[in-house]
Amino acid sequence: MLCDVCKCNDASVFLTQIIEGKMQKVNLCDACSKEKGVQDPTGFALADLLLGIGAAEEIEKGAPTQKCVVCGFTQVDFKKTGRLGCSECYVTFSEGLGSLLKVMHKGTEHVGKLPQRAFRQIELTDKMRSLATNLEKAVAEENYEDAATLRDQIKQLEHQIAD
Amino acid sequence: MKFNQIMASGGEWLRGEGPHHQVVVSSRVRLARNLRHRAFPGWAKKAERTLILEQIKPRVEELPEMQDSFSEFLSDLSALEKQVLVERHLISREHAAKGIGSAVVMNRKQTLSIMINEEDHLRMQSIRSGLQLKSAFKLVDKIDSVLEGKLDIAYDQRLGYLTACPTNVGTGMRASAMLHLPGLVLSDLINQVIQAVNKIGLAVRGLYGEGTEAMGNLFQISNQTTLGEKEDEIIARLTKVIETIIEKEHDARQVLIQKKSDTLSDQIGRAYGVLTYAHAMTSKEALNLLSIMKLAVDLGAFSEDRRLPIDELFIDTQPAHLQKTSQQKLNAEERDFLRAQIIRERLKNFPKPDMNKVAREPAPKSLPAPPNNE
Repeated sequence: MLCDVCKCNDASVFLTQIIEGKMQKVNLCDACSKEKGVQDPTGFALADLLLGIGAAEEIEKGAPTQKCVVCGFTQVDFKKTGRLGCSECYVTFSEGLGSLLKVMHKGTEHVGKLPQRAFRQIELTDKMRSLATNLEKAVAEENYEDAATLRDQIKQLEHQIAD
Repeated sequence: MKFNQIMASGGEWLRGEGPHHQVVVSSRVRLARNLRHRAFPGWAKKAERTLILEQIKPRVEELPEMQDSFSEFLSDLSALEKQVLVERHLISREHAAKGIGSAVVMNRKQTLSIMINEEDHLRMQSIRSGLQLKSAFKLVDKIDSVLEGKLDIAYDQRLGYLTACPTNVGTGMRASAMLHLPGLVLSDLINQVIQAVNKIGLAVRGLYGEGTEAMGNLFQISNQTTLGEKEDEIIARLTKVIETIIEKEHDARQVLIQKKSDTLSDQIGRAYGVLTYAHAMTSKEALNLLSIMKLAVDLGAFSEDRRLPIDELFIDTQPAHLQKTSQQKLNAEERDFLRAQIIRERLKNFPKPDMNKVAREPAPKSLPAPPNNE
């Protein structure tokens, strides 16, 4: 059996991990297992390893030639390091990352802590949405007085969000 | 605060006074955070890394928890000093390899350590003795909430906190406990336990990771996933699993006492004999024998006041601690001589283990309620 990483040496290290009933298997040769830190359990997680092997292909599917506009990171870099370039990379490579995160984690959406700032942002976005709906309604009903008030409120809110 | 003060004081968690301290050495919770739209440390050029560091470090230092803190650039610490911090679990091995553009800030009690520009811009860790994951999280969560008001933290409504490695995205939280499990190891039950823990999506690792065989019967257990589950749910799940392992460990110890008392006496006697008379000892051998001594204290073969010297030796016999204390660089052979010498000196007045004092009790069916200090 050949090594899953270098695909040239015979595999001598066989790893199996079961997470939530899903079995993941990786076969490695001696050299690659050392390089990947498999013999060093503190630095090793199968997900990391799978990430290095399968992740780049996953990302390729979604973004064949994409480059992160903020940091210039590419899929080739991801294949090399198994890490992303900056927070914006999650948007740039979102399509490919989606299926990767699904395999790696319990769910696909964050349900934990909300930073206060993001929390405010969400509140403001919600408020904006309801104002926009009301404005549409007011215009449709030719209620221009209300529409003007709503338009001013939206402008004010836009400033707040920008802050 | 200077490095020598860190060396001089053991740090709160090393004293081993927390709940379930006989089995749970320490509890750690770390949060990974990053600045929005700035290259992650592994991708940033040196200049950008330095800029990010200059932006974050003062904000960390001004935290009320960081009064009289130890704050250093990694480039200003010697290789030996970094290794000492690794041995105390105050920085990661990855962080110890960093130089220009990275820093560490920790509080006086060594319960809170913040790595700047490790794999993520911020790695905030809280460490407590015994099983105290909840309170460790509370402390680091508080710091996080203060810092997010001063720094533009990368956060996505759907994915949560954004991290350099997708394995940490979401909560960015890794909660882990260091367990001392000599009973399960001596009864050959440890592999079953590790497999069972792996099956439910938790990771088991060695002390510093020397292959699958953990040194000193010490094992770290932590959550594997960070997305799709709330922080307190992750901690509750982990705590429950750890409590089950504690129960299994106590059961295994009772079975050893009742059914294999000769083997147990032999193990303890050998550990005592070798530690008090050997003149050369590797750190692995020392950890394995000290683990048996710790077990002997737990079981009553040594009196309770012998616990602290044993616990201290776990850390003081580590390679970097040995060299820092003796203030010289030593090769492996010299370290083995010095290690044995230190152990002999500290155990000089230790009485022989008294196996008659080992408490025989019916194997516990359920655990006593943990002290309510969370």
